[in-house]
Amino acid sequence: MNGSVSINDVLLRVADLCVEFGAHKVLRDVTFDLYAGETLGLVGESGSGKSTLARAILRLIRSSKGSIMWRGQDLLACEPGALRALRRDLQIVFQDPLASLNPRMTVGETIAEPLRIFEPGLNAQARRGRVGGMLERVGLAADMIGRYPHEFSGGQCQRIGIARAMILGPKLLLCDEPVSSLDVSIQGQIVNLLLELQRGVGTAMLFISHNLAVVRHVSHRILVMYSGRLVEIAPRDALFAMPIHPYTRALLAAVAVVPPQDGAAEPFGMPLVAGPPIADAPLRRERAAPPPGADVGCAFRDRCAYAVGICGTAVRLEEVAAGHWVACHRSKEFAAPPLPPQD
Amino acid sequence: MAPLLSIDDLTVSFSQPDRNISAVRQVSLSVAARECVAIVGESGSGKTQIFMAAMGLLAGNATAQGSVRFEGGEILGAPAPQLNRIRGSKLSMVFQDPMTSLTPHLKIGIQLAEVLVCHAGKSWSEARIAARRMLERVRVPDPARRLNQYPHELSGGLRQRVTIGMSLLCGPQLVIADEPTTALDVTVQAQIIDLLRAMREEVGMALVLISHDLGVVAGLADRILVMYAGRMVESADSAELFRHPRHPYTAALLKCIPNLSGPRLERMPTLPGQPPQPGDPLEGCAFAPRCPRAAERCRAERPLLNGGAHRVACHFPWSP
Repeated sequence: MNGSVSINDVLLRVADLCVEFGAHKVLRDVTFDLYAGETLGLVGESGSGKSTLARAILRLIRSSKGSIMWRGQDLLACEPGALRALRRDLQIVFQDPLASLNPRMTVGETIAEPLRIFEPGLNAQARRGRVGGMLERVGLAADMIGRYPHEFSGGQCQRIGIARAMILGPKLLLCDEPVSSLDVSIQGQIVNLLLELQRGVGTAMLFISHNLAVVRHVSHRILVMYSGRLVEIAPRDALFAMPIHPYTRALLAAVAVVPPQDGAAEPFGMPLVAGPPIADAPLRRERAAPPPGADVGCAFRDRCAYAVGICGTAVRLEEVAAGHWVACHRSKEFAAPPLPPQD
Repeated sequence: MAPLLSIDDLTVSFSQPDRNISAVRQVSLSVAARECVAIVGESGSGKTQIFMAAMGLLAGNATAQGSVRFEGGEILGAPAPQLNRIRGSKLSMVFQDPMTSLTPHLKIGIQLAEVLVCHAGKSWSEARIAARRMLERVRVPDPARRLNQYPHELSGGLRQRVTIGMSLLCGPQLVIADEPTTALDVTVQAQIIDLLRAMREEVGMALVLISHDLGVVAGLADRILVMYAGRMVESADSAELFRHPRHPYTAALLKCIPNLSGPRLERMPTLPGQPPQPGDPLEGCAFAPRCPRAAERCRAERPLLNGGAHRVACHFPWSP
């Protein structure tokens, strides 16, 4: 997990990616790199564009602008046939484990399907062996191969979805809220399974979640998305130790934490970040209609307690510390605690 | 003082074509006036069904045995007119998804005013004024305009503010909130928790908070009850439960929750196995198959809920 990532090996380079649904701009100029073997966390609230980004990368939805360079090749410019061949290396795990499995296919057929498509030369017996082995690797018994999805619990269905995604040994796994619909006691099992498989195969992950604690656990670096834009990119520890964008701060301050048990590592009430308590950075309003001309300025300025006049002008990600990028006009002030008083 | 709500030996079962499924098994609990009690448990643990029984809202194929008394009066088996005098006025409920608990084709103002017209005998014009005041109280910006809007025109957080306001309109003694923040984003969730806290101070109602999220519960509840497989396995003061969980299930659950601070671990702590499904036969302690402390006795003999202020149903609880 730690430090084992070679930052020279860019697997995926997304540049200025835009997605529009009609007049609605869902992704705006999204730019980031993903390195081989890395887990990149993606956080943001519902409607911020997290899932849209994952689907745009797989070309499951159409992008209106930008490029998605996959090991030097632009996925957006790929012919359908070439894209299909590349999908072998790009797999996805969805949020709702039951809905993402075909109810009329047995578990064995579901997991074997990628093999049928990408390794057609494999005979039935070899395929069955691979599927059985994969089932065991995801913690299910090989004799469950003939059962149907409805016979499994949510956690088990998610294991099946992971088995289907991992059987070809993809180079990148997109995980779209893979544990959000599972009970707490099951979430850890699935996260550990993903991390184990990742260690074995060296798969990179884009891990989408609204659960910041889970993202902190799995990620090397974290992207924070707001209203279709990336507002902060940082190595994990930097993001939690020193979040800079006011939205990131508000997000971290809002997490309802459980007080630690006796003998736990740190006392309850330990400040989450350096500087003044971020609870002092309230959101101004619950939500506001996008202001006229919202296309240019910072999308968060309507909820931001620190918004000033300049926030109405275009803002881009800028590097404020090594590997720590922030899209905020006041990022230089915020990077140095303590936080300035509110306006 | 007699408790506001007291539930004794409640069992809720659902009849299926081939068998009966018990969702709640012999649960007893009480809620005092002005108290905030949280019921936590995973999906299928029966936490919601306890209060569906208490509201007289069980599905048609469900039967409830035992007793549910509100202000001393029995609710189980009470005729609908009697229930309707209590429900919505003295006893109200906030549901998880504010989009489905509001009527989509009626303006917010009508839905709020209707509560007062039906339950408090107010005229529509009085009710409308009271509705606007309530929206102000639950911190809905621009309340006069909101009254004329439809639910879909409001964000999820605002909708949940409206349903919380609606539950408070008749000055209830007790509000039951079933996963009130689960469908919301974290930042909005924090605002709704703050609102519930403020309303408890201002209105003084008792609050039952049903949640799977111990983090949400931690900031609000005076007392926490933990459910597993239809049974209550632990009950304690909020601070005490977090500091000294005694049931191995509670302790394991707390360990499973990843935190934002503290060391990161190579593996996330997990609870092995699966919770039993509602239809599964249960011998002894339902948690025994997943429990690190389970012994022969746990598989044979069901542990009873024992203790004073901190009660636990376990043969081998962690020491206090």
